[in-house]
Amino acid sequence: MAQVASSEAEISDTPRFESWGRYPTFEGKILPLHWQSDYPRVLEGVHNGALPVGMGRSYGDVCLLKGGNLLLTTGMNRLLDFDPATGLLTAEAGVTLAQILDFAVPRGFFLPVTPGTKYVTLGGAIANDIHGKNHHIAGTFGSHVTQFGLVRSDGTSMLCSPTENSDYYAATIGGLGLTGVIPWAQVRLRPIVSRKIDYRGIQFHGVDEFLDLTRQSQHIEYTVSWVDCASTGKNFARGVFMEGDHSKVPDELKPSPEPKLVFPFDAPGFALNHLTVSMFNTVFFHKQMKREVRALQDYEPFFYPLDKVLHWNRMYGKRGLLQFQYAIPWEHAREGTIAILREVAKSGLASFLAVLKAFGDVPSPGMMSFPQPGITLALDFPIKPDVSFPLFERLADMTLEFGGRLYPAKDAAMTAAQFQAFYPQWEQFARFRDPLLTSSFWERVTGDRPSL
Amino acid sequence: MSTQPSTAVAAQNFQSSVEAALHPSVRGRFTKILVLGATSGIAEATCRIWAAEGASLFLVARNAEKLAAVAADLRTRGARHVDTAVADLDDTDGHTELLAHAINTLGGMDVAYLAHGILGDQAKAEQDFNQAAQIIHTNLMAPVSLLTWLANYCVQQHAGVLAVISSVAGDRGRKSNYAYGASKAGLSAFLGGLRNRVDREGVTVLTIKPGPVRTAMTGQMKGSERFADVNAVAKSIVKAIDGHQDNLYVPFQWQPIMFIIRNIPERIFKKLNL
Repeated sequence: MAQVASSEAEISDTPRFESWGRYPTFEGKILPLHWQSDYPRVLEGVHNGALPVGMGRSYGDVCLLKGGNLLLTTGMNRLLDFDPATGLLTAEAGVTLAQILDFAVPRGFFLPVTPGTKYVTLGGAIANDIHGKNHHIAGTFGSHVTQFGLVRSDGTSMLCSPTENSDYYAATIGGLGLTGVIPWAQVRLRPIVSRKIDYRGIQFHGVDEFLDLTRQSQHIEYTVSWVDCASTGKNFARGVFMEGDHSKVPDELKPSPEPKLVFPFDAPGFALNHLTVSMFNTVFFHKQMKREVRALQDYEPFFYPLDKVLHWNRMYGKRGLLQFQYAIPWEHAREGTIAILREVAKSGLASFLAVLKAFGDVPSPGMMSFPQPGITLALDFPIKPDVSFPLFERLADMTLEFGGRLYPAKDAAMTAAQFQAFYPQWEQFARFRDPLLTSSFWERVTGDRPSL
Repeated sequence: MSTQPSTAVAAQNFQSSVEAALHPSVRGRFTKILVLGATSGIAEATCRIWAAEGASLFLVARNAEKLAAVAADLRTRGARHVDTAVADLDDTDGHTELLAHAINTLGGMDVAYLAHGILGDQAKAEQDFNQAAQIIHTNLMAPVSLLTWLANYCVQQHAGVLAVISSVAGDRGRKSNYAYGASKAGLSAFLGGLRNRVDREGVTVLTIKPGPVRTAMTGQMKGSERFADVNAVAKSIVKAIDGHQDNLYVPFQWQPIMFIIRNIPERIFKKLNL
């Protein structure tokens, strides 16, 4: 009776799980979790390591395990409790932020922190301790997670909160899925009265203008900038500073429509080159004709402009894309950002979707969390084997020199030495790792092997 | 309301009456729903739609832990009441008591949704009669027992929808799953006859025949983009129940596909690998 009559399909093809950057790619066996009770039972007879995964929206290999087992959590997507008086939502960890929004927005609630895509799971948001445009006010996603369950591969189950098993709470937030499986979590949603965002876009030229705008908008909840890293000379580091607050004018709180556009095929490798990206960047910069634009905008295009096109990563072709995101502390943030942007512009390697933001000083509860007060810059490059990796390595070394660190969720290339310098607490963290859980990322940056 | 201009009120009334005409069921009469096999993927997706519309649900499944998780989800999503019973529906002797208790708890019943079933192991069924008998018992004997009681209840009420998940596999026996196919063929035939009997009493019988459905289990498989999304399937089922439909192939493409498969001459069909 447990099996459904609908599983009429007879499928023999090997399941495939890709990360969003589509680099690297590894075959891994998928073990789907539909129910909380499926874990750790699903591990019976498994000795080659496992990794809980969700929507595969991290870019590199934190969601991959070469030759291992991927515990796919998206089937565990039940909402278990919601209290409109407190905004506390308890849900199974495979629920996506999109599914949470579909539920919460019509009830007048919104995510406390949201990344640039809503197609990530609750568990993934915790495991990568994601951040959003309101980091300077709200901190990371983990700051709003009041408690969660954690199940170890030996069957031990615990409740983790800031007061209970607080060591595992800290290790699991930003713990890259390595401390155990999170079957459910509780997060505090925030009230809204409208879907709309009071938006303001302001053109800037150079990092100093960006910093001025950042200072002036400390009280605005959401701030982020797009920066053109292809241009040099007088257009160097030009960009658009985007800020917004939830509209305070009550308005209809209807759910979002389903996305209809799908990027239909893998673009050829040459599609994104210096010329096409420069053209895109120029058009994007001048799309905003005036120095300043104000608008009342729906939250979907404000937070999730790319979610409108499913599989947009296909634009980068089969070879995929390489992400690079640093956080450099204030002490060296200005000089570091200018130096790195210069290096990128000089390389001639096209990057669009370059995103610049100031992180605030709300501390992350996670032991391994990426954000720290200072400047963060996220870039993505199409993968051109002889060019992308040497550039990436130079940028990672520069990040280290400026006292910064890189974001594991967006990484496919940092070396073990770089990682261990970025996260000196990694050995302390490793003590909380579940002996059966590992990832291709973890093995790459620690040389560690599962002990079973 | 009284401060609103009367045209706006009229427009609103008009809109709600149009809506009522289009969906007489869910927001109107069909608020008390009995779900058998409530932890199946399709049943759960369907119940989420009903829960969001504020329906009262009585859920039956075999596994208490899974049933509790589904019930919590449906309560959170807005179901007016969610009650549950843990039962193995293979035990046909317990059906009368179970169904009476469910309807008593619901305070009536507008829809019974039968979604339980097993795929079984075809290779094993070819060698072992017990396996074939198990498939036929769960997929055919148990629903026949449930439907006999439920149909008589609905006839007494002169109302009700009996929505039952059969399968495209029942349209023609194929070597890859003929034990399962036989159970669903029997079920489809039973439903056709039952409809013929109870339609004149004001009772609707809906035979649902799903094709391959994309779930978390099949989501990452090659070609799964072509499978039906479980939420889209659920939406079609809710719509078919609202519209008092008789048969539903879901997705609808399966209707012409199965028409062709049913009409392939036997001397060719028996050579095919289907």
